[in-house]
Amino acid sequence: MVLFGQFLEILIGGLLSGVLYSLVALGFVLIFKASGVFNFAQGAMVLLAGLALVRSLDLLVANGFPFWTAIILGLVFAGIIMAVTAWLVERFVLGPLVNQDGLTLFMSTIGATFVLEGASQMIFGSDVYPLRLFPTDAWFLFESSFPGGILVNKLDVWGGLIAGILVAGLAIFFQRTKTGRALRAVADDHAAAQSVGIPISWIWFVVWLVAGLVALVAATVWGTKLGVQFSITFLALKALPVLIIGGFTSIPGAIVGGLIVGAGEKLAEGFLGPHIGGGIEYWFAYVLALAVLLVRPQGLFGERIIERI
Amino acid sequence: MSSANTAAATEQAKPFLSINNIEVVYNHVILVLKGVSLNVPPGGIVALLGANGAGKTTTLKAVSNLLHAERGEVTKGSIVFDGTEVQSLSPNEVVRRGCIQVMEGRRCFAHLTVEDNLMTGAFTRRDGKAAIAADLERVYAYFPRLKERHGSTAGYTSGGEQQMCAIGRALMSRPRMILLDEPSMGLAPQIVEEIFEIVRDLNQKERVSFLLAEQNTTMALRYANHGYILENGRVVMDGEAKALASNEDVKEFYLGVAGDKRKSFRDGKHYKRRKRWLA
Repeated sequence: MVLFGQFLEILIGGLLSGVLYSLVALGFVLIFKASGVFNFAQGAMVLLAGLALVRSLDLLVANGFPFWTAIILGLVFAGIIMAVTAWLVERFVLGPLVNQDGLTLFMSTIGATFVLEGASQMIFGSDVYPLRLFPTDAWFLFESSFPGGILVNKLDVWGGLIAGILVAGLAIFFQRTKTGRALRAVADDHAAAQSVGIPISWIWFVVWLVAGLVALVAATVWGTKLGVQFSITFLALKALPVLIIGGFTSIPGAIVGGLIVGAGEKLAEGFLGPHIGGGIEYWFAYVLALAVLLVRPQGLFGERIIERI
Repeated sequence: MSSANTAAATEQAKPFLSINNIEVVYNHVILVLKGVSLNVPPGGIVALLGANGAGKTTTLKAVSNLLHAERGEVTKGSIVFDGTEVQSLSPNEVVRRGCIQVMEGRRCFAHLTVEDNLMTGAFTRRDGKAAIAADLERVYAYFPRLKERHGSTAGYTSGGEQQMCAIGRALMSRPRMILLDEPSMGLAPQIVEEIFEIVRDLNQKERVSFLLAEQNTTMALRYANHGYILENGRVVMDGEAKALASNEDVKEFYLGVAGDKRKSFRDGKHYKRRKRWLA
């Protein structure tokens, strides 16, 4: 019973922390779906959104604004920053590269990453800024059935809730709206989309804006967890195995991939770790991703590669 | 009576689409069109014929303004569609004004369903959901096969169905002019026939004008009113479709029909370029 309680605790903790990976992975999926670009700058966008939010929040609170007003204004400000970023990226990075190879576009996002990282720290500062949007204490559940109960972090639960709402919203946007359909069309074939009158530059702006807002949501949760700091950009590396497992083109895939990675690495650390010396958590996700690549290269939920013969 | 005649005459005189002596350069160095001029009258089907690399697709893309995505540029001349200079418009504005291209090789959105494909064609429209839904039914009436397959992923449908899907998608924008690029490519003769019949239908019932780039000269001349032959980025011949189809040179070089005398390839006619000095 003690072992089962421990298993449950690790599983729940792992699943919830996996949702947080999914939040970052979602931004990648959005841009990849709509423009075929693997956006290396997603991590930098999370940093930028987080910094814009935390710094404006601090400033507003210091000037005597009530906390809730400050949060709303801060979120609006960070949202505007992400919109400006989306416009700049479209105008100066992707716009001139219409119809270029996917690899070229990918390289250009690496460039954008450095610019974004540098600019955001130059403008907003480069310290560690604590963000307190969500409660960070823990619940102890089922104390009657398990000795000591099961520890669940409240922040992780919040993260899960937010991710759920976000995914539902995005799914509706992509499947039910005219702009969403146009986004999927652009993802399939830029030139053909242009030929039927879909303005590519507008679509790319929308995609980067949505990805920026997803980055903002991710920044609220991760910023509360770690503090807003430069190392948040490395989340992008953690999102990579999530994407490979779930599939680059699938929103549900990003969620399921995140859950698998989160639960997998925590369980491996908890149960395999003691036998082989620990530290598994940091590389287990990549091994999982490698296994998926061997068996199902498009990922669990990725779009089938359509080839007519 | 006479006034009606003059009205018809002025309509004839004022083309719906006129391309005036355009030059197109790719990558700033490759001169692809070297002064192409042609006219499409309102309600006409005009065929643009020629071999691979003659410049048919480039001409169409110059009209729909899709060249700049391929680093191409119109450096000389003008293209006037329905009274507006096309060069100053963005591709989506050209579509909004009623001129849409169906690209070579169909280019359906492979991962979208057939119906979603059709609906993307209505992106530029601002006249409300009811009108768009009515047009969707209209497209299904022209292409009953698309209705049968409306839920299938477009990438898994047959080549003919994809061509129909691409034409239907263009129709959803309520065009007055369709630039149709190689509709016969890679399709069985029977399907090609079916598609050309639909083109004629659309032309007669919906008054959609067509500029049709084709390598299948026989087919194109059978359905078109007028034809232009492009070679190396120049128009080398033009005329009524019937006249072109019976022209000895066209027969020899584009239709593969030789006169009775010819028994061996050695007797083949040597090509003499007909100069066409225009504009």
